[in-house]
Amino acid sequence: MSAVREQEPSLVETHEVVEVPASRKSRLISGSVLIVVGLLCVLGLGVGSHAGYDAKFGLSPTGATIKVPALVVPARIVAIVLGLLIVALGVWRISRGFSRHTMRWVVAITIVAAVFSFLCWACTGSKGTTLDLLGLLQQTIFLAVPLILGALAGVLCERSGVINVAIEGQMLAGAFAGALFGSLTHNAGVGVFASLIAGGLIGALLAVFAIRYLVNQVVLGVVINLLALGLTGYVYDAVMANDQNTYNTPPGLHVINIPGLSDIPIIGPLLFQQNLIVYAMYVLIAVIDVALFRSRWGLRTRAVGEHPKAADTVGINVRRTRYVNVIIGGLVAGLGGASLTLGSALPFGKNMTNGKGFIALAAVIFGRWSPRGAVGAALLFGFADALQNVLSFIGTPVSIPSQILAMLPYLATILAVAGLVGRVRAPAADGEPYVGR
Amino acid sequence: MSEPQGSDLMTTSSSGQLPGGSGVAVSLRWLRSTHPIVVTVLAFVVSVIVGGLLIVVTDSPTRKAARYFFASPGTTFAKGWDAVSSAYVALVEGSIFDLHAHGGLWQGLNPLSDTMLNATPLILAGLAVGLAFRTGLFNIGVQGQLIMGAVFAGYVGFAWRLPIGVHLLVALIAGMVGGAIWAGLAGWLKARTGAHEVITTIMLNYIAFYLLGYLLSLDGFKRSGSNQAISRIVDSNARLPKLFPAPWRVHAGLIVALLAAGAVAWLLTRSRAGFQLRAVGANQNAARTAGMNVGRNYVISMVIAGALAGLAGCSQILGTNSSITQDIDAGIGFTGITVALLGRADPWATVLAGLLFGALQAGGVAMQSRTGTPIDLVTVLQSIIVLFIAAPALIRSVFRLRGAADVGSQQLAKGWNG
Repeated sequence: MSAVREQEPSLVETHEVVEVPASRKSRLISGSVLIVVGLLCVLGLGVGSHAGYDAKFGLSPTGATIKVPALVVPARIVAIVLGLLIVALGVWRISRGFSRHTMRWVVAITIVAAVFSFLCWACTGSKGTTLDLLGLLQQTIFLAVPLILGALAGVLCERSGVINVAIEGQMLAGAFAGALFGSLTHNAGVGVFASLIAGGLIGALLAVFAIRYLVNQVVLGVVINLLALGLTGYVYDAVMANDQNTYNTPPGLHVINIPGLSDIPIIGPLLFQQNLIVYAMYVLIAVIDVALFRSRWGLRTRAVGEHPKAADTVGINVRRTRYVNVIIGGLVAGLGGASLTLGSALPFGKNMTNGKGFIALAAVIFGRWSPRGAVGAALLFGFADALQNVLSFIGTPVSIPSQILAMLPYLATILAVAGLVGRVRAPAADGEPYVGR
Repeated sequence: MSEPQGSDLMTTSSSGQLPGGSGVAVSLRWLRSTHPIVVTVLAFVVSVIVGGLLIVVTDSPTRKAARYFFASPGTTFAKGWDAVSSAYVALVEGSIFDLHAHGGLWQGLNPLSDTMLNATPLILAGLAVGLAFRTGLFNIGVQGQLIMGAVFAGYVGFAWRLPIGVHLLVALIAGMVGGAIWAGLAGWLKARTGAHEVITTIMLNYIAFYLLGYLLSLDGFKRSGSNQAISRIVDSNARLPKLFPAPWRVHAGLIVALLAAGAVAWLLTRSRAGFQLRAVGANQNAARTAGMNVGRNYVISMVIAGALAGLAGCSQILGTNSSITQDIDAGIGFTGITVALLGRADPWATVLAGLLFGALQAGGVAMQSRTGTPIDLVTVLQSIIVLFIAAPALIRSVFRLRGAADVGSQQLAKGWNG
């Protein structure tokens, strides 16, 4: 391709990428949203908190060799300052506007600032409350692992043009097979392998029906989820429930401390005292993020997902590319399922994914079908989940129903697809089977 | 499944493929065609076989016998046959006629009542999915719409005091409004911003689920004195009356469901509005060119679908149960999708599909209690049936049927951007 381009430069039209400034209307809308969020922080979380209380954040795990002192800040002032920062960003957005690239950072900063001012407010429920920030973040990672792996599975599938609503089923099958084979062999490694196979098999089922039999992929995903739910539930009741010791006591994966890295304060206990699945997840995130945009496989995947006919014309095997991607996606989602059972030595339970696959799907869309975005969204959703647990321990100034917090990821996703956070566009051929020229 | 798909299937079987010939030859050929009925029956057969295999593999007497398989293979087969036949006999007895019941014919036919009881919300949910299908929309959100319908209807049912008759009517309308709001939201978002309804309806499912959880923690909604998350009891004036004397439990919700099916059939085939809905579903660009407001039709379709789902919620809360719990949906939302697929989005076929799946569910309960075979088998059977129906090409290749090549699959295909 590049050789042709060099030989005949006149034939190839090159397009300068021109930054299209956001329209006045969209600037007004997004700016107003920022201002509203900022004002909520200032008035609701800043002024609404108890005056004079300090927010104390624990940053050190119990029993650590190197103690990190707790972060102590005046709650009300910090919440107000962060809120004002968001308001300022909103005003700037309306008056001057940000470029698309900067806007991403603005959104990220807004989320972090709003969350932090919320945490400051939450700390002021009673004097002397310490919020275990490190614990919160550790839980975030723990809860986000299946979501991240599921979301990566979704990205792999959907970038190649196959809608994956079946993440839930793939994860459930992975969790089930991991628990069953891990228990039977008393070997977590075998369990992980079984999880991969189970997820991959469901992925293959999705691939065959979507690519060969051209079944509508959304319908297919829903039905496959039901099938996985029925099969795992059936075998659970028929076999596992009668003899939990033999069939449903999966061994846990060991926590591996990475020498050197695991001793770094805060980051060490957070990222480098994890099990094999989490490390595999780091590798997968990096590999998929780079490969999707920098490798031959990635180029082909994106070509097949955006314009299969064009890809076919230049000799890319559309169906094979999709088969490969969907099955790899199944493997990754299966690994996500393994993290639920083998990752923490938990027995399998009926419908134990409980909608995590759908949250992962939401993360894919929220993250605009990019690996980085999907991981970020999955972390955000994991954080919302972890926050629920933590807030139920410390009393907030005004008690927040846990159900309302639980809704937030779903509300955020609706707002995202409704275009409030910028236009979300799927790969052009996502969901359209390719029948050939 | 959109309109062209269904009609294509019809034409290949009824007229195009079967010219003349003797009676036997015609019926043989009909059996080897991809007529929807043939495909449905074959899909059912496949699912029963797969389910049977599942029973055999997980049955512990069979597995014990299989250790001596080479010494006496007959024992393994006998044990396996025992397990499968007893499970399926219980399934049929629990859904149609119970030979072991005491007290004569009426008691013996009691399972039929359970079948209809289970079918009622499934029919309504299937109609809700099917109607949206006909407009080219995937309504994955029946779960949420059903919950909101149940919340609205339930609230009217237990918090208001109205005379008999009026109360039920108001509660039913409230349920329809609840479902319609929830679905209409997704339709409006699609029309206004292009947000894909699959995503918004899935998200709205969860929001409704947690909203219900929140409501069940509030005084005034929650039953006072109970430490469980359960709502107050619906007033007897607002209950759907039982249709037959005890022990039959089937209630007037079935009548509502049949009326709804008739209304949807009339809407789709006889009314101007329904023609527009189908036109948008068949080809939204053509519909737009013809001057139809596509966005408005999306909203209308979703609002009606939501009202139907709300009625399914009413059937649950005003008929089958009398108070709202967190699992009021009981999987009906997603099973409704399979019902609509089995019914090929046709209202009367959806009624039959709902009855079939209702029978499976009623039979599943009996099967679990009598033979210990887990009821999840029913979910497996249902999903396999639908999987095969959604892929007629697969049925063709498995059973070596003849039929047109890849019928209408293109119309089925719509992505996030569509």
